Amino acid sequence: MSNSSSNSSSITEIVNKGLKKRYRSEFMFRLYGITSILFAAAFLIVFFSSIIDKGYSAFTQGELNISIYLDPEIIDPDNTRDEEEIRYANYDKLVFDSLKNFFPSVSSRKERKELKALVSNGTSLRIQSLVLDDMSLIGKTLDLSVKLDSDIDMFLKGNVDITLDESQRRISDNQVKWTNELKTKGLISQKFNSTLFSAGDSREPEQAGVLGALIGSFFMLLITFIVAFPLGVAAAIYLEEFAPKNKFTDFVEVNINNLAAVPSIIYGLLGLAVFINFFGMPRSAPLVGGLVLALMTFPVIIIASRAALQSVPPSITDAALGVGASKIQTVFDHVFPLALPGMLTGSIIGMARALGESAPLLMIGMVAFVVDIPSTPLDASAALPVQVYLWADAPERGFVERTSAAILVLLFFLLVMNSTAIWLRNKFEIKW
Amino acid sequence: MSFSFFLLVLIILGLGSYYFGKSKALALKQNDVVHSLPKYYGYYALVWFATPALIIVSLWLIFSEGIVTNQVISSLPDNIKTLPTNELTLILNDIKNKAAGNLVAGESFIGFELAAETYNSYSKIAENIIIYSSIVLGLISFIFAYISISGKLRARNRIESIVSKILLVSASIAIFATAGILLSVLFEAIRFFQIISFDDFIFGLTWSPQMAIRDDQVGSSGLFGAIPLFLGTGLISLISLTVAVPVGLMTAIYLSEYAPSRVRAVTKPMLEVLSGIPTVVYGFFAAITLAPFIRDFGETLGMNIASESALGVGLVMGIMIIPLVSSLSDDVISAVPQAMREGSYGLGATKSETIKRVIIPAALPGIVGGILLAASRAIGETMIVVMAAGLSARLSINPLDAVTTVTVQIVTLLVGDQEFDSPKTLAAFALGLTLFVVTLILNFYALRIVRKYREQYE
Repeated sequence: MSNSSSNSSSITEIVNKGLKKRYRSEFMFRLYGITSILFAAAFLIVFFSSIIDKGYSAFTQGELNISIYLDPEIIDPDNTRDEEEIRYANYDKLVFDSLKNFFPSVSSRKERKELKALVSNGTSLRIQSLVLDDMSLIGKTLDLSVKLDSDIDMFLKGNVDITLDESQRRISDNQVKWTNELKTKGLISQKFNSTLFSAGDSREPEQAGVLGALIGSFFMLLITFIVAFPLGVAAAIYLEEFAPKNKFTDFVEVNINNLAAVPSIIYGLLGLAVFINFFGMPRSAPLVGGLVLALMTFPVIIIASRAALQSVPPSITDAALGVGASKIQTVFDHVFPLALPGMLTGSIIGMARALGESAPLLMIGMVAFVVDIPSTPLDASAALPVQVYLWADAPERGFVERTSAAILVLLFFLLVMNSTAIWLRNKFEIKW
Repeated sequence: MSFSFFLLVLIILGLGSYYFGKSKALALKQNDVVHSLPKYYGYYALVWFATPALIIVSLWLIFSEGIVTNQVISSLPDNIKTLPTNELTLILNDIKNKAAGNLVAGESFIGFELAAETYNSYSKIAENIIIYSSIVLGLISFIFAYISISGKLRARNRIESIVSKILLVSASIAIFATAGILLSVLFEAIRFFQIISFDDFIFGLTWSPQMAIRDDQVGSSGLFGAIPLFLGTGLISLISLTVAVPVGLMTAIYLSEYAPSRVRAVTKPMLEVLSGIPTVVYGFFAAITLAPFIRDFGETLGMNIASESALGVGLVMGIMIIPLVSSLSDDVISAVPQAMREGSYGLGATKSETIKRVIIPAALPGIVGGILLAASRAIGETMIVVMAAGLSARLSINPLDAVTTVTVQIVTLLVGDQEFDSPKTLAAFALGLTLFVVTLILNFYALRIVRKYREQYE
């Protein structure tokens, strides 16, 4: 006995000796866990603050208050009020003249060019359409707030390093001087950038907007939903309620699992080879994009719908069959309506993923530069994530903030879709 | 008749056939025994109306373009008809543009306008034939169905057998989609391997897909050795896994074994946000924020880091994969039976010892499966690398160099103008095939391992 007790006390000693080290390693292990969570959290914080920091300024745009004299001598010298003549009048000169009113000393060719470049080159088009809409304006003086050129806007937002040599930056010393002068006169103000939400793409940052891409994405998601939801739900119903246990069913299951994990770019290759080259569908069209995304979303919807069907208790099925309903009647009249909210929730989450997807769209030509806002799913169009990609590649400094703004718009819609899904789930989920 | 109006007419007629079928059944019910509920007779009539109409419309959508084009070609002057196929295609495109009322650069031959008009008139004729024949055929078959409706007709059984067939077809689409992907990539890839030998592609050390148009052109060797791409893909995936696996695994372990419910309530949505961010946004972050930061940081240490370094891309991709690794590991760790934990505690092990010596070994197959899935995700990831990785194929395993990947090359080869018979375009499909096969194998094994592992403890 004494032998064993001395033995056990020596064991206790060994254990006690090791305890400190073991507790230390326990603490370290726990620390690793906390560190990894903090790492992910820190990334998210840096990520969002970087995007918001770069993007928030795109929601405002520097504008200049000028008064433009609509000189009849320039617009309509012969007083014909002929629309063709008025359309081709030299509106650039009108804009230039009114800018020159601020700085009468401007004379050299270089200075004139620099002065003209203060405001967006879309200004003259805007005046043209104003005049064409209301010809009685001719001869009057128009007080307008016009967009500054993007480079000037970037300077105002502090994104241009003016300590650099003049040749190294996109804005000249004269422009810096003039802009500062106009600013101290209180003629320049930052206004809400409504163009961002009402225009299509453009080569000029100050005239570019995401509306075209938004509508393109909307058409695509619509087609994705119309195609993928019924098919996915039908496939799920078959697999969950009707499929016999055989080789064919197993094969379908293997295919679905693989489809869910195929890289998205491969779907783009499929779209290019099948929809565009084989069926001759138009390039860059939301129709093709929607079909490709539908194929991608199909397995996601099947998996979500099967989970929803599984959550309907068997007592419902048993009761319906018990009172004499056929198998199809049971499924469609009783099980399906109860599973529908769950199916919708899963589908919306799948569609949100499709909204953010861009790799397959690059393959089917949705990277084209499209200015017009699409009116049908067959028109050439951009998509929101692809617009982000295109703007991220654009060299102008003004597109950096617009890219971030487009990302914020994209994230906003993802947030809306996911919250809708969560709301649906909470509202209709039945706890059996 | 415009297409949308035609669809509207079809829908109205369809609703009408449902209504008439149902009301005939209701009338029969007054003084007879009817087999099914009246609505099934409505569906029955509807199916009979819609099937021929829809078949004709879908045939039209598939074939009308080809038929009309052939008609136009046969009406073209002989000297045009005998042009090589690709020139003829260009002319046909011009004709179609002209027919659609678009501006065309120039009229390439006499009779061009006429051809455009022919095209329009043939399309018009084809359209009219389809519209009226589909409506007439649909109505005829509806009338047959209407006449055949009687109390003895087992409408419900007929409808139900149709519905179950539709369900079966929907489920089979998964097979068609896989086959479609495989075939579309395979066909083009085979054409590629007829030009470039398979060995040169798989074992070649130089990737320079620019084809020489003239013999004396510099830098246009048309070499398709894919090893640099595989190496680059492997390097970036490896970096991303080195980030994602430890962080994801430790997150999962902490969440399932240690975390109080408050921490879980914050962390789970955080991971969901991380996995919900579109990859194009990650790519933008990698290219605009992280890559310059790493380059500048390297400069202060006196190192020369490329601004498109594999390191930056891999880091961001790793962060993107964290949620995948952690949710898969979370699943397998919580599947380890509680009894195993309690046994370990009973022997006096601490929590971390239990995790390290009991839970992780028990969950290892599942974790490995999850890592394989994550690897397949990293290999196939496109947008991050397209935006932040390099374009030139360099044979390098230095994480500070700019390397390119398979997906980047697919995108650069296929975006923009392309002709479908040049090896340059076809190479993209060969790369696509490689990518598809590799990810397929990884996914297949990963899913099998995970499933086997689950069965073990169920």
